[in-house]
Amino acid sequence: MSPSTLVFVEEREGELVPGSLGLLAKAAELGGEPVALLCGSGVRDLAEELGNWGAARVLVAEAPELDGPLAQPRVDVLAGVLERGGYDTVLFENSALTADVAAALAARLYAGVNWDLVDLRMEDGELVGERLAVGDTVLVDVAWTGEPRIAVVRRGILDPSAEGARTADIESVDVAVDERSTRVALVERSSDRSQKTSIETAEVVVAGGRGIGERDNLRLLEELAEALGGAVGVTMPLVDRGWYPYAHQVGQTGHTVRPRLYLACGISGAVQHRVGMEKSGTIVAINSDPTAPIFRYSDVGVVGDMLEIVPRLTQLIRDRGLSA
Amino acid sequence: MRLCVCVKEVPSSLVSLRLDPDSRRLVRGKGRLNAPDVHALEEALRLRDEAGDGEVVLVSMAPEHAVDALRHGLAMGADRASLIADPALAGSDLVVTARVLAAALERERPDLILFGWESSDSGGAMLWAAVGERLGLPVLSRVWELRTDDGTVWGRRQMEYGFDVVQAALPCAVAISGAINAPRHPSLKGLVASKRTEVDRLSVADLGLAPSDVGETGARTRVLGLRRPPEREHGTMIEDDEHAAEQLIEHLIERGVL
Repeated sequence: MSPSTLVFVEEREGELVPGSLGLLAKAAELGGEPVALLCGSGVRDLAEELGNWGAARVLVAEAPELDGPLAQPRVDVLAGVLERGGYDTVLFENSALTADVAAALAARLYAGVNWDLVDLRMEDGELVGERLAVGDTVLVDVAWTGEPRIAVVRRGILDPSAEGARTADIESVDVAVDERSTRVALVERSSDRSQKTSIETAEVVVAGGRGIGERDNLRLLEELAEALGGAVGVTMPLVDRGWYPYAHQVGQTGHTVRPRLYLACGISGAVQHRVGMEKSGTIVAINSDPTAPIFRYSDVGVVGDMLEIVPRLTQLIRDRGLSA
Repeated sequence: MRLCVCVKEVPSSLVSLRLDPDSRRLVRGKGRLNAPDVHALEEALRLRDEAGDGEVVLVSMAPEHAVDALRHGLAMGADRASLIADPALAGSDLVVTARVLAAALERERPDLILFGWESSDSGGAMLWAAVGERLGLPVLSRVWELRTDDGTVWGRRQMEYGFDVVQAALPCAVAISGAINAPRHPSLKGLVASKRTEVDRLSVADLGLAPSDVGETGARTRVLGLRRPPEREHGTMIEDDEHAAEQLIEHLIERGVL
């Protein structure tokens, strides 16, 4: 039997998060009519767009408590919708907000939650999730015991698809936020809340890791990025050291990027980095260690010293007037 | 102020971590404290020391061998440790783990519960939200900077776009981000004291739960099987013989990237 899927669509600063739209296409692929749940304040207009991405129906929950990215009020909304029945599966795309929503919902309903999924499929009428484990070296098939089944998909894995575009029925759901769920207050918002950081929109990302050695060497990456009209990305250790802003961090705890060209310079390539960039078009790795894991998922690997190769690349690109 | 820190034992390196094909469980072997949990512990010790009084209690659901990892936490300065070690717990999933930890934490009645960032062996960055929900406590997650004052806790919270500031009244659960402090090393005095401190053992029954509530029977998820993921095709390799940059550029032109 096909699942009755409720898709939690995330809204961030007036925009729909693309990966959560990708969940609608996945839900349609699993069978049945995907229903989207959109929570927020003043999000009714966005709800109209969801049919374009395959939602058959959109439930809109609007309340002042849903204005900021806080988990608890959303758990109340979801629990209310699920209590009224009709859904056996809830899909989320992982984010700072949804991870907390999904886990708290699971605890409240005592429901199974599988996370970090890279795909979902139906097998003999049963929903199966695929999860990469142990540094992405093992693929684990996971399932749920009982309903609802809560699934959290890895960020940036699913693409939105306009194939199932239609006009969705939109209905408001009553929001009853428990007093207990309003005890976390948002007292200050980040000054920069743009949906996309420069590295998420750039066609080229020149990224550096621990192998750059010294902070000053970041300049080499900036020069190459500039020559290619791209942006600089960095791995978590460099952000932790305070060498570069978080807005440029690529990876599991940073941003997911999908540029046409990704140049990994002095990055060994741990899984935490990989999940943030593996969907890039062409991946180039420059590393002095021929056994670095990054070479296992690069299209072109250069074994050598990035501190010598990167400036030469910049020079050649400038001299020959090349562009990406 | 009583501060509880939920800690986990993880393998010393990913190399010693494997999935057992028969039980389909992660075989972790003996390890150390999950590094992000050590940062959470450091935050707790700092808050206790700044307040001038209070108690830091480690709480862990893990096999018996995790006791040595807990002793490291005691040596750093934690006052007590509670280990929920019970063979019945093997195969527990997230909702079961949250239920067990919540039952153990309830006995402690902490003002603040601290969690580390995701554990390095499974990447499940969400346990705190489930524990907070079970205890009916507000949760601040992904916190990069933590402050408490007169019963209120503030966290600078890392979001996809930058940092928000969130606030709640104690009691509260806080999940910190990995690298917000420099954890202290155990002192010689701490090491000696940690050997003398008894680690409390809790069984499933001590927490008022039946063996069928936990482990595989209590779990709401299950593992069907393990496979090797499809290998990505190996790319072209270039050895640097002074001309690597030129060769790379030619490749990228050929591929139509430049």
